[in-house]
Amino acid sequence: MYDILVAPFAHYAFMQRALLGSLVLALSCGPVGVFLMLRRMSLTGDAMSHAILPGAAIGFLFYGLDIVPMTIGGIVVGLLVALGAGAVSRFTIQKEDASMAAFYLISLAFGVLLVSWHGSSVDLMHVLFGTVLALDNAALTLIAAICLTTLIGLGLVWRALVAECLDPLFLRSVSRMGAVVHLLFLTLVVLNLVGGFQALGTLLSVGLMMLPAAAARFWTNRVAPMCGMAIGIGMVSCLAGLLISFHASLPSGPAIILSAGCFYVVSILVGPRGALRSLAAPRRHRSA
Amino acid sequence: MPSPTCLTFDDLTLGYGGHAAVHHLSGTVARGSMTAVIGANGSGKSTLMKGIAGILKPTGGHCLRASNLSVAYLPQRSELDCSFPAQVIDLVSLGLWPRRGLFGRYRPEDKAALAAALDAVGLHGFEKRPLDSLSGGQMQRALFARTLLQDADLILLDEPFNAVDSRTLTHLLALIKQWSREGRTILAVLHDHDLVHAHFPQSMLMARKVIAWGATTDVLTTKNLQHAQQFQEAWDEDAPWCGSDAAAEPADVTAALFAGPSAKKVGTHV
Repeated sequence: MYDILVAPFAHYAFMQRALLGSLVLALSCGPVGVFLMLRRMSLTGDAMSHAILPGAAIGFLFYGLDIVPMTIGGIVVGLLVALGAGAVSRFTIQKEDASMAAFYLISLAFGVLLVSWHGSSVDLMHVLFGTVLALDNAALTLIAAICLTTLIGLGLVWRALVAECLDPLFLRSVSRMGAVVHLLFLTLVVLNLVGGFQALGTLLSVGLMMLPAAAARFWTNRVAPMCGMAIGIGMVSCLAGLLISFHASLPSGPAIILSAGCFYVVSILVGPRGALRSLAAPRRHRSA
Repeated sequence: MPSPTCLTFDDLTLGYGGHAAVHHLSGTVARGSMTAVIGANGSGKSTLMKGIAGILKPTGGHCLRASNLSVAYLPQRSELDCSFPAQVIDLVSLGLWPRRGLFGRYRPEDKAALAAALDAVGLHGFEKRPLDSLSGGQMQRALFARTLLQDADLILLDEPFNAVDSRTLTHLLALIKQWSREGRTILAVLHDHDLVHAHFPQSMLMARKVIAWGATTDVLTTKNLQHAQQFQEAWDEDAPWCGSDAAAEPADVTAALFAGPSAKKVGTHV
């Protein structure tokens, strides 16, 4: 048991780093994913994770696999896409899902072009699927900073974010904070995706955001506990994924996401608000 | 002594995409008055409410609120997301926003006020009920409780009795009258003329512009209502542009039409 669960982390520094980095990321991504899901923006996270590719690619082209330029590039392009899509939906008749799709597709195509221009396909795989087993101190610091920013940011605007999700028109009638909160939230989404692509890659970083959140939805009907559940599920998925990846020599990113996927499927089936429970709803009922 | 005027409309025009929905409205709403806003579908009632609530920017003129006037707005179709994992208490406590804002902690007296608001609308014991389990009428009562909690000087109610049974209607009407006795100003969009006659001393009859505004008995006359019925609901794409040349020479519609596209500028509307 010790050999399976503890030894990999006790003996290998890269496993310790990978575990630390992914646990902090799960702490940060969980609540962001819950709010994305509750705002029906689950696919926005997916789109944004593609959209940050050209930024990361530009950093990669000029500086190689160095975290700082890739991160800055990702954040800048991610925010540009988020702002562009938000502005189009605010000032034209087009809704945000369509404008987001348009912007991210342009961005993604541009990114793939950039990577294939200079890099080999192996490099592209690095960018797309991440390098959780090669997290250096700079990457860990970045993930920790993003986590701290996210938790503080969410804590500060929590009430407004809940109000904006629950009844946006009401928030507009009592405060002008709605648009600011929306933008701040999108910024946090971008930050977390950028933090995630170091560990899991752009294509899978959104998985650690959405899968634990989607799984947590089947367990509770309150926002705060749902965030807690998502964090917990994310953390356990990271642990399980890293161990599976270590013992079976599988890529770590997909292993983590598939672990979270297992949690999701199990949650659908046995969660208190899941499928089995509603299928097996009791025929007996109370008279009032 | 606060000013006796609660709202002043100064040549207020509100609209969408260059078409006026509320056309050149001027007048005042007295503090503590209770006014019913009446009119056909599309006559600009909800638009006026949005304009007063500050959600819709005027395309022309001004809507001036008395200083420090707090406003509570209960929309006709709220953008409430009923699938959001929230309980009745979460929805109603949004009404504490004007008092506590983003950061203020909820105090013991807030909890008492919340319980009192739920009691007042007959939703005692509904605190922990999930929103998606409420009936339409119960939801409307919860929204009333939130409005109550806002403790506003001016209360805007847009068709507040939709999907509400007669018992609840009586209940909510009593609540509105209580607000009026407390010196709050009420503006309510309503369709039931009998109800307006019975309970609302003031009325405003709208058909994009104001047809009549004053004491309800003077406003809801057969003549005024007939006049309001001639109102054309549909937008006219060829309607003359409202502005100095077009308005001054209403007879010369052709000239106004030709002037139309070139006269198109910010603040111009049909």
